[in-house]
Amino acid sequence: MRIGVVTFPGSLDDRDAARAVRLAGGDAVELWHADADLHGVDAVVLPGGFSYGDYLRAGAIAGMAPVMRAVVDAARGGMPVLGICNGFQVLCETHLLPGAMIRNDRLRFVCRDQPLRVENADTAWTSAYEPGERIVVPLKNIDGCYVADERTLDQLEGEGRVAFRYDGHNPNGSLRDIAGVTNAAGNVVGLMPHPEHAVEPTVGPGSTDGLGFFTSVLETIEGMARA
Amino acid sequence: MTTHRELDTTDAAAKTPDQAQPWDELGLKEHEYTRIRDILGRRPTNSELAMYSVMWSEHCSYKSSKAHLRQFGQKAPASDALLVGMGENAGVVDIGNGLAVTFKVESHNHPSYVEPYQGAATGVGGIVRDILAMGARPVAVMDPLRFGPMDADDTKRVLPGVVAGVGGYGNCLGLPNIGGEVVFDPSYAANPLVNALCVGVMRHEDIHLASASGVGNKVVLFGARTGGDGIGGASILASESFDDSKSSKRPSVQVGDPFMEKVLIECCLELFERRLVDGIQDLGAAGISCATSELASNGDGGMHVDLETVLLRDPTLTPGEILMSESQERMMGVVTPENLDAFLAVTGKWDVETAVIGEVTGTGRLVIDWHGETIVDVDPRTVAHEGPVYERPYARPAWQDELQAASPSALPRPSTGAELRDTLLRMLASPNLASKAWVTDQYDRYVLGNTVLAQPEDAGVLRLDESSGLGVAVSTDGNGRYTKLDPYTGAQLALAEAYRNVATTGARPLAVTDCLNFGSPEDPAVMWQFAEAVRGLADACQVLGTPVTGGNVSLYNQTGEAAILPTPVVGVLGVLDDVGRRIPQGFREPGQVIYLLGETGDEFGGSEWAWVTHGHLGGMPPSVDLDAERELAEILVNASRDGLVDAAHDVSDGGVAQALAEAVLRHGTGARVWVPDGVDPFVFLFSESQARAIVSVPRSEEVRFTDMCTARRFGHQRIGVVDDGGVLDVQNVLAVGVDELRNAHESTLPAVFDA
Amino acid sequence: MSRVVVDVMLKPEILDPQGKAVHGAFDRLGFDGVASVRQGKRFEIELTGDAGPEAVAEIERAASTLLSNPVIEDYTLHVETEA
Repeated sequence: MRIGVVTFPGSLDDRDAARAVRLAGGDAVELWHADADLHGVDAVVLPGGFSYGDYLRAGAIAGMAPVMRAVVDAARGGMPVLGICNGFQVLCETHLLPGAMIRNDRLRFVCRDQPLRVENADTAWTSAYEPGERIVVPLKNIDGCYVADERTLDQLEGEGRVAFRYDGHNPNGSLRDIAGVTNAAGNVVGLMPHPEHAVEPTVGPGSTDGLGFFTSVLETIEGMARA
Repeated sequence: MTTHRELDTTDAAAKTPDQAQPWDELGLKEHEYTRIRDILGRRPTNSELAMYSVMWSEHCSYKSSKAHLRQFGQKAPASDALLVGMGENAGVVDIGNGLAVTFKVESHNHPSYVEPYQGAATGVGGIVRDILAMGARPVAVMDPLRFGPMDADDTKRVLPGVVAGVGGYGNCLGLPNIGGEVVFDPSYAANPLVNALCVGVMRHEDIHLASASGVGNKVVLFGARTGGDGIGGASILASESFDDSKSSKRPSVQVGDPFMEKVLIECCLELFERRLVDGIQDLGAAGISCATSELASNGDGGMHVDLETVLLRDPTLTPGEILMSESQERMMGVVTPENLDAFLAVTGKWDVETAVIGEVTGTGRLVIDWHGETIVDVDPRTVAHEGPVYERPYARPAWQDELQAASPSALPRPSTGAELRDTLLRMLASPNLASKAWVTDQYDRYVLGNTVLAQPEDAGVLRLDESSGLGVAVSTDGNGRYTKLDPYTGAQLALAEAYRNVATTGARPLAVTDCLNFGSPEDPAVMWQFAEAVRGLADACQVLGTPVTGGNVSLYNQTGEAAILPTPVVGVLGVLDDVGRRIPQGFREPGQVIYLLGETGDEFGGSEWAWVTHGHLGGMPPSVDLDAERELAEILVNASRDGLVDAAHDVSDGGVAQALAEAVLRHGTGARVWVPDGVDPFVFLFSESQARAIVSVPRSEEVRFTDMCTARRFGHQRIGVVDDGGVLDVQNVLAVGVDELRNAHESTLPAVFDA
Repeated sequence: MSRVVVDVMLKPEILDPQGKAVHGAFDRLGFDGVASVRQGKRFEIELTGDAGPEAVAEIERAASTLLSNPVIEDYTLHVETEA
C-alpha cells in the first residue's frame, strides 16, 4: 500500500514520516509540493517542519501549493490524510479541519515527551488504539496552541471529533486540551504531536506508541479495498 | 539619491601612492599596512584594503594563535580514521561502512552579546554551512554556552535571547540539538560564550574541498542575496565615497533566515549527489572576500570575478561593501561549463537564486572587476594564507602562584548528616549543576529521527546507518575554573571529561574539535594561558590517540582589563558500531548493583562545592591521569559491547553525589548507597577526582564485570543497589526523596527565567 | 506607483499571547495607563500601476485568502498615495 509523504520547502520530518510508513509495512512515496499529481497513492501524510519558514502563518503558504489542491480533492473523496504538526496547520489553513494554531501560551518552542489520550479510535488513523488509551509521543512546536470559536469547539466535542487530548500537562495552551482533531468522515486527522518520532525503541523517546497511526491507516486502506 | 564619487581602481591606486588610507580604523597595524603595500608594489585599492584588513584580522587569520596551534599537527597521534585533517572547513573522520563524519565547533561570542537572538542564530547557521561545505549532510548541532551570573539582569536579557536564537534557527533548519552545556560565571558577564558545534555525515566519495581548479570553470554564488549585513569595517571605507549619515545606517548585526538555509542544504546535497560542483565554500566572515581568496588560494590557478553580477538585496552597496558583506545563507561553487545548465536547474528547482560571477583563470591572480574596471588584483595566497604570524610574548602571571596556593583545604566542610544533606540539595539546585531543561526543552532533539540519546545524557548519540545501527556519540566540555587554576591541566581535563562522556555511552572516542575561548592575546598572562592550554591539549590528544581535526580560536573575550576564565571547549566524537548497545545515564532496573569506577581522592580545587558553598576559587584542579581515562573508556566500551552494564554516568562537577542524584532522577527510581569503609563521607560525595564513573550492573553480569575490572587492575567499588523506593539513601549519612531532589534540581532556572 | 497597506489582527475573541507579553513588558518598564496590547501584522504592497478599483479588489482577495486566516484573523486595507 502506497502512502504519500509530501515535501514542501522547509518540511523537516518528511523522512521520518516515510520511515514510519515503512516500519508499519507500507510503501512510502515522495510527493513534491510543486507537483499536483498524487501518483496513485492510497493515503497522504503532511509532515512536520517549518514550510516556507512559517513566515506568513504556520502552514499558510504550503496550503496554497499545487499538491494541496490534489490533496484537498482526494480528502473530500475519502482518501486518508494525516497532518502532523506543520501538516496539521496546513490542514487547518486549507479548511479540511476546523480551527487554527497560534503561538504557544508560554511563547517558547517546546520539545517534550508528551502523554496523550486517544479520544476517538474510530478514524482512519487511530483504529489500532483503544478509546481512552494513553500514549506518549514527542511534541515540538512554537505555534501549537489550538484555537477555535466556542461553537466550533462544542460541535467538535458533540460529534466526537476531538481525536486526541493532552493528558496531564497542557504544553501550549490549546483550548480544551485539544491535541488533534478529525473531520466528520474520520479520514482526515491532524495533530500537533509527532507519532512518527515514536516508532522505534532505540531512537526518539524510546516508545513505539506512534506506530499505531501507520498500522491503522494500512488496515483502513485494506478495508476500503475490500469494500 | 547619493552618487558614487569615484571608484578606487588598481590604476587609480598606482597613480595616487600617497593617498591617505584608513588602515588604522580597519584594525591593521602600520607594519601590516606597509607589508600590504610591499606585496602589491603599490598602495592597495579601498577594496583590497578592506579584504586584507578582514582576512588578516585575528578572527580570520589566527595570527596570534597559529604559532601554538601547530602543535596539534606536530603532536597528532597516528590515526587511521582521519580522512581530512586541520586546515579545511572541518576535519573528516572515517567511521566505517564507507561512511565519514565531519564535525566542528565554532564561536559566535561577541555578536551574541550585541544581539543575542540573531547572534546565536547566525552562529548555528555558520557552523552548519561549514559542515555542508565539506560535502556532508548536517545531522545534529550542540551548543556549549557560558553566561554571567544567572540572576544578573543582563543574563536575563542575554540567555533567553541566545536560547531562543539557537532554537529558532536550529529547529526551523531541522537539525536535532543533542547536547551542549550551560555554565554561569561572573567572568562571562559582559562576554557570554556562544559556541556552536555541528556534525555532518557523508559517504567517503562525497568529500568536497574548498578549491577552485580548472581554467574556464565557472564561479557561482548562490543562496540569499547580498545585503548590507555585518559589514562593520567596510563601512568605514564606504563613508569615503558616500555621505557619512548613510553608512552609519548599515547594520553590523547579521540576520539569519533558517528557511533559506534549509532549502540551501537540500539544494547543495542534490548538487553533490549529482556531482555538479567541483569546489565549494561557504560564505561566513568576510563574505565574498574570504570565499574567493580561499577558493583561489587552494586551487591551482587564479580567479576573475565581475562583482556587479552579484545579486543584491540593497542596490546602493559599494563594491567594497559587497566584498565584505556577511549576509547569511550564501554559498560559492566552482562548476564546469558543461555542468552549468544542470547546476542551474537544481538551484531553480529549490528556488535558490544563483549568479555566475566569474571564472577560474590560469593567472595565479585574484582579479575583481566592477563594471569593467579592476578594483582588486592580488595574489590570493597573500590574502588567505600568508597573513601575519605573531609570536606574542607570554608570561606566567604573577598572581598564578598565589591562586594555586589558596587551597580549599582550609574551607569549613559539612560533616553531620544534616549538613551533608543540605549541601547535596544546595549543590543540586546551584546554577551550574541544576537541570538545564528550561534551555534544552526549547530545542528540537528528535527531528531527522535518528536521535538515540540527547541532553541531559552524558553525550548525544546519533544513529547514522539504519541497517547496521552504526552511529556516533558527541560530547563537549570545558571547565574554565580548572583552566584558570592551571591552564595546562585544565585543557587536559576538558578533553578528559568529553572523552569520558563519549565512552560512558559505550562509544569508542575517535577525534577532537576545540573552540579555544580566551581573553586578549596582547596580555602576556592571557597568552600564557592560551599557550599552556594548547600544549596541554595537544599532549593529551597524543596520549589518548584522538587527533584534533579542526576548530576555532576566539580571542579578545574580555571586559576592559578583565579576561574571561580561560575556556577551552573540547568536543569529542566517538563511534558506536550498534547504537542499540548505547548505555544511558539513568538507573532503571531495581536490584541492579551500583559500582563506582576509579579512585577518589580529596580534590576540591576549582570544585563546584568550593564555588557554591564558599565562593572560593583557588588551589590546584583535580589531577589528570590520562592512562586511567583510557582504561576507564575501554572498560565502558567493552561493557557496552558485551551488555555488562545497563546505565553509566560520568562523575565530574559536583562529584558522586551529583552523579547519583541525576541517575536516580532520570526515571524516578531510587538507590541505596553506602560509603566505602575508611572513606570520609564528604570526600566520597563531593570530590571531583577524575577518571571515574558510576555504573549499574545487572546481578547476572556482576562477576563478569568485576573480573574485567580486576583483570585491568582498575579500581571498582560496589557502592550501592538500585531500587524503586523513590529515595536516594546514603546509608547512615543522608536520605532524600526523589520529589525533593527533583524540586531542587528542576526549579532553579524556571524561577529565574520565567519570572 | 502606489501602495496598498493591509493590516492583519487576531480577532478580538482570540487569545493573543504575544500581545499579552508585550503588555506585561509595558507594566514592568513602567509605561502607565495601558489597558491592553494586541499584536498584528502589516503588509506594504507596492503596485506596478495605480491603485484603481480593480487592483484594490485583487489585493482585497489576497488579503482575505492568503494574508489573513479568516478563522482567527481580521484584516483592514487602505491605499497610501505618495506624498
